[in-house]
Amino acid sequence: MLEQQLINGLTLGLIYALIAVGYTMVYGVIQLINFAHGEIYMLGAFFCVTFITAAGLPFYAAIFMAILCCILCGILLDIIAYRPLRKAPRLAALITAIGMSIFLQNVALMIWGSRSRPFPQTALPPFFREKALVLGDVSLTWLQLFIFAVAIIMMIGLYLTINKTRIGTAMRALAQNKTAASLMGINVNYVISFTFALGSAMGAVAGILVSVYYNTLYPTMGYTAGVKAFAAAVLGGIGSVPGAMVGGVVLGVAETLGAGYVSSLYRDGVAYAVMIAVIIFRPSGILGKSVIDKA
Amino acid sequence: MLELRDVQAYYGNIQALKGISLNVQVGEIVTLVGSNGAGKSTTLMTISSVVPVRSGSITFLGKDITKVATDKVVSMGITQVPEGRMIFPALTVLENLRMGGYLRKDKAGLKEDEERAFEMFPILKERRKQYGGTLSGGEQQMLAIGRALMARPKLLLLDEPSLGLAPIVVENIFDVIVQINKEGTTVLLVEQNAQMALQIAHRGYVLETGLVTMSGKASDLLEDPKVQTAYLGMD
Repeated sequence: MLEQQLINGLTLGLIYALIAVGYTMVYGVIQLINFAHGEIYMLGAFFCVTFITAAGLPFYAAIFMAILCCILCGILLDIIAYRPLRKAPRLAALITAIGMSIFLQNVALMIWGSRSRPFPQTALPPFFREKALVLGDVSLTWLQLFIFAVAIIMMIGLYLTINKTRIGTAMRALAQNKTAASLMGINVNYVISFTFALGSAMGAVAGILVSVYYNTLYPTMGYTAGVKAFAAAVLGGIGSVPGAMVGGVVLGVAETLGAGYVSSLYRDGVAYAVMIAVIIFRPSGILGKSVIDKA
Repeated sequence: MLELRDVQAYYGNIQALKGISLNVQVGEIVTLVGSNGAGKSTTLMTISSVVPVRSGSITFLGKDITKVATDKVVSMGITQVPEGRMIFPALTVLENLRMGGYLRKDKAGLKEDEERAFEMFPILKERRKQYGGTLSGGEQQMLAIGRALMARPKLLLLDEPSLGLAPIVVENIFDVIVQINKEGTTVLLVEQNAQMALQIAHRGYVLETGLVTMSGKASDLLEDPKVQTAYLGMD
């Protein structure tokens, strides 16, 4: 029983982690909590389904197109809503982020309606629901394995992008000192757009995976997931990418165990209790920054 | 090479520069001296387009760069070693250097310049895998200079390179500045340590509360009684 809960929790946690890195990276470079990030996640799911049902694309092609669309949305979100406020007080940008979240939710309501819809099952590879692994009473479906694989590959890809590439190093430089970064010849707005693009791609994938996993999508799905992922980012240490990954997994596992052993009514309550406990005892989060700077 | 004409700049409603005019010729070391709050750093920041120019103009190699964005100014050949060094604390020494060469694509040349920076400051080679934030003040200053040179600038802006450093380190840094200049980089040096700055510079400008009050050959300024009492601590 416990093993099964852990596997379910890990699946959910990896998805939270995918969303949480989007919050944490944007916070890292422009100190903004992008509350509309949950809506990018929601759009990922809707774009994917629309590409399947309206355009007749196969599953993987639809995922690819949905990612591209979400990248575009993320970049436009920054250019239209946040860039004009770059020098404004932080509160102004924060309120705008909440506004954009509500706005995008309502756009989705207008386009796709308020009712939740199932993910078109015929488009999915048929083996997804079959068991990939059975050990005693613990089982793992191919879908769960697919989610693990996708999430872990994307995390590794993100890690390599941030730590080993020129633009990734520029992102880190920008997060540490914006003025110095621009004095290096780094085009600050370009790097910020790139950050939004990366986060949006991860968020889109998360949205698609969730809608497949739970077989449902609806325009307000980004709200709860967004708040959870934001909590995961804070739990891990806002601004820290590995922190967001760890925070997501911790939150997902805590939530699933809470639902399994306390009561399914308290699943969110348990998740947030864990977050509050961590923040009380370690305010900078699990892997929160403690940058050494002697000079 | 560089010319500022009647440049005015503000921080909010406070006027930091009240009309600065100065020029730098190819191959020179020019220094701006003056006390705290005279507008020396602000002058460098307007050249780099970090602080916007309210009125007046800045031209570099015949082109108007008054409103050109910071990254474009860098790509035209002006880099800055900012006050307080602004090392990226959580990037390694090597990554810091590589950020200095961010706009360059020639891998071989970059490798060469990395080696050159390590020759100039051997301590950086030893520490190349350490985080910038763990370096001492002097080492950070060396890294900041090495980093700025990675862009192969035509004009190097240096803001208070001696600030907070031990005298022996300051001498080392100033020797390097002279060497960089001899190798063909023009230097605009901002310093509170007027004595040392005027000793290595060809020409100097004295700034007071956002205005140029004196200018001339560095050796003449060193001899000037007003400069001596106000900035060189002589009676």
